Amino acid sequence: MLAFVLTLVLLLSIVIVLAYAERKVAAFMQDRLGPTEAGPYGSLQSVLDVLKLLQKEDIVPAAADKKLFKLAPILIFAAVFAGFAVIPFTPELVPAGIGIGVFYLLAIISLDVVGLLMAGWGSNNKYAMLGAMRSVAQIVSYEIPAGLAILSAVMVCQSLDFQEISYQQGALMNQFPGLEYEMNWLFGIEALGINTTTIGGITTWNIFRAPILLISFIIYFIASLAESNRAPFDIPEAESELVAGFHVEYSGFRFAVLFLAEYSMMVLVSLVAVILFLGSWNTPLPNIGPISLAYWTTGTVGSISGILWGGFWLLSKTFVLLFLQLQIRWTYPRLRVDQLMHLCWKVLTPIALVVVLIAGIWRLLMI
Amino acid sequence: MESKTIKHKSGFWDVVKSLVSGLRLTWKHFVRAKNRRTPEYVTDKNYFNQPDGLVTLKYPYEAIPVPDNGRYRLHNEIDDCIVCDLCAKICPVNCITIESVKATEEIGVTSDGTKKRLYAPVFDIDMAKCCYCGLCTTVCPTDCLTMTPVYDFAEVDIKNMIYHFTDLSPEQAEEKKLLLAKQQEEMAAAKAAALAAKKQQG
Repeated sequence: MLAFVLTLVLLLSIVIVLAYAERKVAAFMQDRLGPTEAGPYGSLQSVLDVLKLLQKEDIVPAAADKKLFKLAPILIFAAVFAGFAVIPFTPELVPAGIGIGVFYLLAIISLDVVGLLMAGWGSNNKYAMLGAMRSVAQIVSYEIPAGLAILSAVMVCQSLDFQEISYQQGALMNQFPGLEYEMNWLFGIEALGINTTTIGGITTWNIFRAPILLISFIIYFIASLAESNRAPFDIPEAESELVAGFHVEYSGFRFAVLFLAEYSMMVLVSLVAVILFLGSWNTPLPNIGPISLAYWTTGTVGSISGILWGGFWLLSKTFVLLFLQLQIRWTYPRLRVDQLMHLCWKVLTPIALVVVLIAGIWRLLMI
Repeated sequence: MESKTIKHKSGFWDVVKSLVSGLRLTWKHFVRAKNRRTPEYVTDKNYFNQPDGLVTLKYPYEAIPVPDNGRYRLHNEIDDCIVCDLCAKICPVNCITIESVKATEEIGVTSDGTKKRLYAPVFDIDMAKCCYCGLCTTVCPTDCLTMTPVYDFAEVDIKNMIYHFTDLSPEQAEEKKLLLAKQQEEMAAAKAAALAAKKQQG
């Protein structure tokens, strides 16, 4: 229960910050000012937006399928929020440390699709229906390259447990039960003879442990943009063709929940990318001889320093990825549906398949 | 004629290169966001030479100064107006409404020496309709209708966009109308009397 409340509070505060950051980043990239009136530098803008949405009238269309219509936002948010259950925030703190975390996450996020269809169908509006179908088609398609990219990381780590994957990518590796005698080699090549187990830092991140994972990271990042319906893959929104996608009939708090789900999804996919590829809560600073930067900036497991350092590194890496997502939104134009499917099926999926193959070979050779 | 086809670079690395250059562009704008445009007068050397960065101003607090001869909101100096109705006639959008009442005697002189013989019980300009063409100011014989440099006059209620320039209260206007009617009656009576006297003579 405590983990639930903590995660919810953390998530809501990140989303508030993200909504503000998006408006400011968008403004700065377009040579505008962005919000300036509410609070210092407009920093209260997103809080006030939420307050405004809460006051709005809750409208349910007369011809809508009322049960589905009302249930859909809850289901969409619940599906995304349930994904946070297996995310390790620090070496110690993980809401639910289950052994098949990655599998659970992929499964529970897929429920999102059902929620989108419910929203589109329940609205009894052809635009909402079209938006939902496009959205679902896109998410289902992009789950394949995303899943393959995650699979390659899982194959290199030989684990479905997020916490074990996290421990493997740092100097604390041998402190995880079951990994006491494991060793990390530079680029995963034992023949180089450089043991990075105690060096830690960036050298043990997955994208360094097996450099092929850098490609799967890029594939995963592109696919995750599509999964969270972010530009340049925001065809469900597509104000040039559709009215506003599947949430055109929603108002007030229900609309806020849908947007909360979208932003939570952004945070979640960034967290997963950081945990699987970018060293999770591990520091990027390696131990260099007597200067044990990695140990200094990781803290001790189980103490307050471990929690603070772990949380700091995880969140700062996540924020870098989130910023990249914002920048991409304000840089690239939206893809057409056929371009979207071309990218997914003809580019990303074949590359991801090859990467899975190479990752498997890499794993065989490095041990 | 030999047709030239534009070759689009569409190879994998060309696409990657253009994607990266796009990111570089937005990043450049992002880091330059610390520079701001400042409100400068048009004669300022830096007016066309603003630094990179944000180009918008926080309007009600900062504004680019308006030229002294800026021509925005209409203003009628009713003391100089001879109620000739020219402006209302030339207005392409009919935003000027004028009613006139003949005065019983000469009621004054405008600042350029023209004699005033008409009262204006109604002189309304609907600023919501005005298209700021300035034709009315050109035809105005006494230069009482001018365009002022005031440009920020938004109203919450559109009725407030109708500007009333008359200096007569409705009661005064009624009084002037009665006066005119009385004078005309007297004149008609005098005329009738003169006609009758002429008939008797003849």
